[in-house]
Amino acid sequence: MELLELSRLAYDLRKDTVDIIVSGKGGHIGGDMSVMEILVTLYFDQMNISPENADSPDRDLFVMSKGHSVEAYYSVLCAKHFLDLNDVKANFSKFGSKYIGHPNNKLPGIEMNSGSLGHGLPVCVGMALAGKMDGRNYRVYTVMGDGELAEGSVWEGAMAARQYKLDNLCAVVDRNRLQISGNTEDVMGHDDLCERFGSFGWNVIDIKDGNSVEQLHNAFEQAKQVKGKPTVLIANTVKGKGSAVMENKADWHHHVPSEEDYRQIIKDFEKRKEALI
Amino acid sequence: MNNIPNRKAICDVLLKNAENDKNIVVLCSDSRGSASLAPFADAFPEQFAEVGIAEQDLVSIAAGFAHCGKKAFAASPACFLSTRSYEQCKVDVAYSNTNVKLIGISGGISYGALGMSHHSAQDIAAMSAIPNMRVYIPSDRFQTAKLTQALLGDEKPAYIRVGRNPVEDIYSEESCPFEMNRATVLQKGTDVSLIACGEMVNPALNAAKLLEKENISVTVLDMYCVKPIDKEAVTEAAEKSRIVVTVEEHSPFGGLGSMVSQIVSSECPRRVINISLPDEPVITGTSKEVFDYYGMNGEGIAKTVKNALSAEGI
Repeated sequence: MELLELSRLAYDLRKDTVDIIVSGKGGHIGGDMSVMEILVTLYFDQMNISPENADSPDRDLFVMSKGHSVEAYYSVLCAKHFLDLNDVKANFSKFGSKYIGHPNNKLPGIEMNSGSLGHGLPVCVGMALAGKMDGRNYRVYTVMGDGELAEGSVWEGAMAARQYKLDNLCAVVDRNRLQISGNTEDVMGHDDLCERFGSFGWNVIDIKDGNSVEQLHNAFEQAKQVKGKPTVLIANTVKGKGSAVMENKADWHHHVPSEEDYRQIIKDFEKRKEALI
Repeated sequence: MNNIPNRKAICDVLLKNAENDKNIVVLCSDSRGSASLAPFADAFPEQFAEVGIAEQDLVSIAAGFAHCGKKAFAASPACFLSTRSYEQCKVDVAYSNTNVKLIGISGGISYGALGMSHHSAQDIAAMSAIPNMRVYIPSDRFQTAKLTQALLGDEKPAYIRVGRNPVEDIYSEESCPFEMNRATVLQKGTDVSLIACGEMVNPALNAAKLLEKENISVTVLDMYCVKPIDKEAVTEAAEKSRIVVTVEEHSPFGGLGSMVSQIVSSECPRRVINISLPDEPVITGTSKEVFDYYGMNGEGIAKTVKNALSAEGI
């Protein structure tokens, strides 16, 4: 798919995501919106993954380390035909539902359970190391939140990824600068994120606009060329991206739009999508 | 006296199998020596991963390996494995259902004088409380080998605790009856059932010998499978005796004693006595000194049994 088409697809999937949240009466909407282009670029531009090759040992692997953005993940998995959107919308968070509020690998397309932060990167280290051991060419991807980087286990994984020269591993930080309690820099600052990963021996790519499919595409392509070390993309995104109603608002971390907000948000999505040429 | 610790028995089985199974992977957290896994690391460096002193990483990486078809054995001191990386055991192993075998080495109070930071008297309770996590505490090197071989044949998560020091043989090369998830009945009696696991099986047998001299008839069960516990064996043992006594190298809460008490109280009410470590940092000493001090030896167990029987008017 053309990159422009993917940028437009991201807005369609934003609507699906908001619909899932409204239906389930809850969801981590802010981070869903910020991570959308990252997921779309991975699933529709970068990764060798589809329902047809879901059991292949050579498929690319993805772990949603920021598992709370599961509604965005569901919408992408629906668009990839792993899941059925109507089924997700009808059942998300409902009594007895298999569509719970964090990724679960009983569902097709989801490799590992997540929800507790700081697990995705070290798990991906194991997957990438297994690939090296077996001489397979698959790549391993994970997306972490920026608030998540306060978890010490992230840095344990970062050390091991460098130690084992895992150039088949690419981590993405959804750097939206907001977490539940407010600005990440006020809660536990890491404005020197690039230097931190750099000092751990990683190849670091700072993406100015982490909601740009084109910039993400270029960064992922660059990462593939780097040998002997893992790559992290610092994707500078906007929390709540897509509508002024929720953009850069910490209290939209977990939020259900009112009917009025919903109408405005959908209108904004349409406008933003149309503006993409 | 046997001088081969149970941890070495694990390494021997893995070494033997790894020759023909490239999917066996061993991970250590700067613990290859203390886990007796250095021979494996030397023989199969391409199937060995060192993660450094990072137990959370150890378990998550093992889960990643397992997700890609590896049979991952992650070995670390039980004290750290069952607490520091507890959440990784819960989420990445049990909840994600990855084929990781968690090997808790130097378990219980094996580290002796190193103190409570290095003791794992809570691991049965912690690990058993996680859905989809099995808990095994083998008694001697022969049973440990049989268990390890059996675990290589399945794809589900498990936690295995072994001690640091060599322990007396219960079984032998020629005779080590083993059925997965079934207790081993070491002897059958009619007055008291002693149900023990791990290093406490041998003192339980010693107690049985002492009691028999006083014409007290004793059943001894080696309940290496703490979870899933052999409910049938517990019920049968309770039905056929007057009292039940459990013995474990664990805190008084949530371990073998708690589980046996649950089963007996619902299936076949009898008086159940739990012999365990106390709910406090244990006294400084070697394993033997500590067990002797708390009455977790043949004499101590026999004394507890006799007291309990006389309290019952027997």
